[in-house]
Amino acid sequence: MAEKILLKGNEAMAEAALRAGCQVYFGYPITPQSELIEYMAKRMPEIGRTFLQAESEVAAVNMIYGAACTGTRVMTSTSSPGFSLMMEGVSYIAGANLPAVFINVVRGGPGLGDIQPAQSDYFQGTKGGGHGDYRLIVLSPATIQEAVNMMFDAFDLADRYRNPVLIIADGLLGQMMEPVELPDFITPDRIPNHEGWALRGKGSREQHTITSFDLDPVKLEEMNLKNYETYQKIQENEVRYEEYLMDDAEVAFVAYGTMGRILKTTIRLAREAGIKAGLIRPISLWPFPEKPIREAAEKVKMVMSVEMSMGQMVEDVRLAVSGKVPTPFYGRTGGIVPTPTEVFEALKREWEALV
Amino acid sequence: MNRPVQKYHSTIISGFGGQGVMLIGQTLTSAAMMEKLYVTWIPSYGPEMRGGTANCTVVIDETPIGSPVIDRPTDVIAMNIPSLLKFEKTILPGGTLLLNTSVIDREPTRADIRVYRVNAGEIAGKIGSDKVANMVILGAFVGITRVVSLESVRLALEKKIGEKRPELLAMNLQALKAGENAIAGQ
Repeated sequence: MAEKILLKGNEAMAEAALRAGCQVYFGYPITPQSELIEYMAKRMPEIGRTFLQAESEVAAVNMIYGAACTGTRVMTSTSSPGFSLMMEGVSYIAGANLPAVFINVVRGGPGLGDIQPAQSDYFQGTKGGGHGDYRLIVLSPATIQEAVNMMFDAFDLADRYRNPVLIIADGLLGQMMEPVELPDFITPDRIPNHEGWALRGKGSREQHTITSFDLDPVKLEEMNLKNYETYQKIQENEVRYEEYLMDDAEVAFVAYGTMGRILKTTIRLAREAGIKAGLIRPISLWPFPEKPIREAAEKVKMVMSVEMSMGQMVEDVRLAVSGKVPTPFYGRTGGIVPTPTEVFEALKREWEALV
Repeated sequence: MNRPVQKYHSTIISGFGGQGVMLIGQTLTSAAMMEKLYVTWIPSYGPEMRGGTANCTVVIDETPIGSPVIDRPTDVIAMNIPSLLKFEKTILPGGTLLLNTSVIDREPTRADIRVYRVNAGEIAGKIGSDKVANMVILGAFVGITRVVSLESVRLALEKKIGEKRPELLAMNLQALKAGENAIAGQ
């Protein structure tokens, strides 16, 4: 492994994607993600890859749809309003069972919002966003190193399940700098060839058809049921999370991404004050790590969710806890990042009300 | 300079856009990385970057860093008056406040922090350019905290500036050293 270098989160994710075999990138600039597309614009021609700045996010996502049909590793990156514009295409890509990787460097919303960090696109990422019965595999990194490693995971998962993968980062992760180790470029043999379905010129082989469309509801239901078999396999095999100081915890925090990382400092403050807090940090937001949260609810006195939103993931946490213990929520929205001390004060209020 | 060296530092560096506060933070971050410490750098990247005050936060530790977002820093470097007004009250008791007195003409009010004063503009002017005032301040900060060695900062600067603008390197290195000298005796 190489020496550590200092990179912005956006740049680190871009370089990691290329090392993970991304051949083609389509995108449209938007803050706080723009360093990512800028890095791709400079770097991809240098190493013989294809970069294209589309005329809009709507165009970019449909270019991804086309490129994904060839089984080539393809991605885009954007930020909240841009990802909203891509929703139709994302639904088509999911419906057509195509591998592709999306990065949403989330900013404050709704609407045009602002350019500060947020986590208010959780519903959009994990519960649809686009129309129809589809699922994205959704991953969220807490550090730049984790984001780098996650790019490799994301392309592998997309290929393995023929399903789009979404990485939910936030403006803070995109803009911050941290030393990282970049893994080497993967060798081409690690990428599945997808000969059985990809469109690369028919020649003498049987015709391949890629579509998300069937006017016959019986056939369309079959397509959906087949997708749900895949989703079930993903739920069985691809749950990812981190537990931090949970062994003796009386309070379990649940938080993902940047917020999960901030909570590690809150937990130190809490333990200094005699409150035994721990953390379950979902790394895969879908499939959601429901089991460890359900099991924690058997042992702890409280499961507290903290988000940079008015409360979105907390709904999944409450489903997992099923009313066994109180499930308070603390969040800030509109681009405000809760500080470690602020969350500690919120924890103290909830804890004192409980004991 | 015989104080025990504490490696955990959370530092907010704040000033006007154009005073080079981001470069102070990034250079400190690179130096920490060279010493194999854990380090994070976050900028204020909003509308603040356009004309008003700009700030960045650097967290350095010997163990993995939790929050890169800091509301109670161990140190503040204030390059202008709005920064002093905004961040003096946030410093942890016993923490450090470093003031750029070439711009800040007022006194802090806290008695439970250590205050250092450096006339960075004047020192930089003597070296040959107002623009290296940020490196004077960085030299002073490293002299005060010893969070990294001045040698690591020098190497970080050589890497950062030396490759693109080698003609500016000597002046920046001189500024670092002058900053360290400026806090001697404070």
